Amino acid sequence: PDSTATVPQPRGKPRLLLMGQRSVVFHKLPPSETLFLESTARIQKDSLNSFMEFQVWDFPGQIDIFDNPNFAFDMDAIFGEIGALIWVIDAQDDYLEAVRRLNTTILHLQRSYPHINIEVFIHKVDGLSDDYRLDIQRDITIRIQDELSDQGIENAPVNFHLTSIYNHSIFEAFSKVIQKLIPRLGQLEAMLTNLCRTCRFEKAYLFDVNTKIYIATDSTGPEDMASYEICSDFVDVIIDFTEVYGSWPRSREWRARLEGAPWHQPLEQQVACEWAESGMVLADARRPIMLREVDRFLALVAIMKEGSYEKMPQINMNVDVVVKGLTEFFEITKQKEVTGAG
Amino acid sequence: ALKKVKKQKVLLMGKSGSGKSSMRSIIFSNYLARDTRRLGPTIDVDLSHVKFLGNLTLNLWDCGGQEAFMNNYLSQQRAHVFSNVGVLIYVFDIESREVERDLATYINIISALVQYSREAKVFVLIHKMDLIQPVTREDVFEKRAVLVKRKTAEAVAIMRKQQQHQQSQSPQSPSNPVLDIDLQLFATSIWDQSLYKAWASIIHDLVPNLSVIETQLASLGMAIDADEILLFERTSFLVVSKWTSREGERNPYGDRFERMSNILKSWKHTCSKYTGTPRNAEQFSEFEYKMGTTFSMFATKFTTNTYILVCMPPGEARFNAAKLNVAAARPWFKFLDGPVTVAHSA
Ligand SMILES: Nc1nc2c(ncn2[C@@H]2O[C@H](COP(=O)(O)OP(=O)(O)OP(=O)(O)O)[C@@H](O)[C@H]2O)c(=O)[nH]1
Ligand SMILES: Nc1nc2c(ncn2[C@@H]2O[C@H](COP(=O)(O)OP(=O)(O)O)[C@@H](O)[C@H]2O)c(=O)[nH]1
Ligand SMILES: [Mg+2]
Repeated sequence: PDSTATVPQPRGKPRLLLMGQRSVVFHKLPPSETLFLESTARIQKDSLNSFMEFQVWDFPGQIDIFDNPNFAFDMDAIFGEIGALIWVIDAQDDYLEAVRRLNTTILHLQRSYPHINIEVFIHKVDGLSDDYRLDIQRDITIRIQDELSDQGIENAPVNFHLTSIYNHSIFEAFSKVIQKLIPRLGQLEAMLTNLCRTCRFEKAYLFDVNTKIYIATDSTGPEDMASYEICSDFVDVIIDFTEVYGSWPRSREWRARLEGAPWHQPLEQQVACEWAESGMVLADARRPIMLREVDRFLALVAIMKEGSYEKMPQINMNVDVVVKGLTEFFEITKQKEVTGAG
Repeated sequence: ALKKVKKQKVLLMGKSGSGKSSMRSIIFSNYLARDTRRLGPTIDVDLSHVKFLGNLTLNLWDCGGQEAFMNNYLSQQRAHVFSNVGVLIYVFDIESREVERDLATYINIISALVQYSREAKVFVLIHKMDLIQPVTREDVFEKRAVLVKRKTAEAVAIMRKQQQHQQSQSPQSPSNPVLDIDLQLFATSIWDQSLYKAWASIIHDLVPNLSVIETQLASLGMAIDADEILLFERTSFLVVSKWTSREGERNPYGDRFERMSNILKSWKHTCSKYTGTPRNAEQFSEFEYKMGTTFSMFATKFTTNTYILVCMPPGEARFNAAKLNVAAARPWFKFLDGPVTVAHSA
């Protein structure tokens, strides 16, 4: 994980900085196994194998980077290129100290790097009542806002999210954070909205497959946690199936047999689509769900309307068009990054 | 052949807190692993009748493991609890610090079982393995397994001696076959698929007409050119039977069957949350996945009591033909839905 330490990162790639509690979001582990992730004891820089190469810098909770003379940090190297700082607060613990350190951090950042979004994850809120959750959020917000106003800072970009690993709230929060950093997000959303209109979809998401974060969604309906959850779990199932049945290189004899009589065609021509595609019908026959891989990192997942499953051939044609559009969108973004770096 | 409803008495025993009710709730009532934290200790015996494939009923005796209950099973209720047992599932908590004592209780249970149900199969689950560091898991399990096997063998030897002794006392009575115990051990945890591996083996031998199912799955698999077929019981999603082609045998994942149970169960759970229907209700009727030129697969409602999962080589025409043929093969498997006593042609 240290390979990124010496290699300078090209500009234009959004970087996320994660401080406070180590996050379990990027590791697909059951809650019980987080017992074995030893506490973060040093700075870790992980470059996610993801569509835009976000960086998660996992800071040791106990190090105060601004106040600690024992650690000499190159501030520009750390903060120069990041788009957002995520600060995790443990809601089930005494958080006053964490809030104090967060305040110090915000004040420092506001002076030198005011563009950085500060995203506060109030974590482990499962097991707390709804009222208590809101109380904690209000309390933390006030403590931060008061401190900032005392220092003469108004309208600092500080946002709050209530999260837990026991549902999808942590992924949703990450999605929101990342969407703010995507250039021309509006254009992506428009493509998905169009797709929903032409295919009569209820909801469509563009997923980063490895993190289950959604990069964009259509703007037709209201935001809806339930739709996001089922689509995200659908991606999970597909990843699992792919691992179980897609991981071994098939033998030459197998291929020869499949391409011989009575088919007489290379496998490439026997399939309708070279990318992964999937569909699922719920038992009540309402709202089928479809998935279509866009590239190595991205997948389109949509909740359809009743009766659409029979119309898959037409739907697939429309999806093909949108997938092509998406591919071009990201090609252009990549080129811009390259020019920006030079 | 004619088939009748089969009943099987299954005892679930072990120390209190070892995880018996948790496993039962996950396998047969579709609890999530984390839901089991809410379970209280079982009072006396919690009896449930699980219909499995229509023509098999599991009478599951989930026996509360607190000491007072255990003593009661071994004394007053001894004959009631231990008669007509088909399977004993004994659960050890790997975290327990009283290993010797746990083993002594286990041996007492085994003796009672042998006394009343000498033909019963015994499955020992070394449970909560998730609490052991992954690198040492195999080692810890092996050591415990050896210990349990040794203790069982010692107990069996003693019981054999007693039996011989009794026989020499009354030489005219018919001599019993040599006493032995059919013992299988598994490392399990509710936090991964190991649970499904153990329980699939437990039910495997109980499934009626297993050889018929296997033969017919094989002919179906060859007819449609599949690489693998899995047949799941619809509530537990345990693998009842499977067939794999020669190419499919090259799959490096030996644990894929229990993995598929785990994946589909949690998917079912997601669906039930989404639709707001009960956990045990049917959740999806159709699942298709085509992964370019690597493979394609579908999972679908098959008979009343089963789901089928078919892994195919890629190709649209092949895929569509396979789906039609699987639908057409349904009547061959109707007997899975018993208990109606019908003759089948095979
Ligand atoms: N870490 C871990 N905990 C488990 C596992 N299985 C069960 N548990 C937990 O152990 C506790 C006790 O489980 P139960 O299933 O109620 O135990 P029991 O054997 O039925 O106990 P009695 O009914 O008193 O005999 C619950 O809090 C479960 O969540 C496991 O595999 N790993
Ligand atoms: N109840 C609850 N526990 C959590 C949640 N997230 C993490 N934990 C637990 O908190 C503990 C510490 O988590 P970890 O991420 O390793 O913290 P770190 O040491 O600060 O990096 C682990 O036992 C996790 O299982 C949550 O959302 N809810
Ligand atoms: Mg119990």
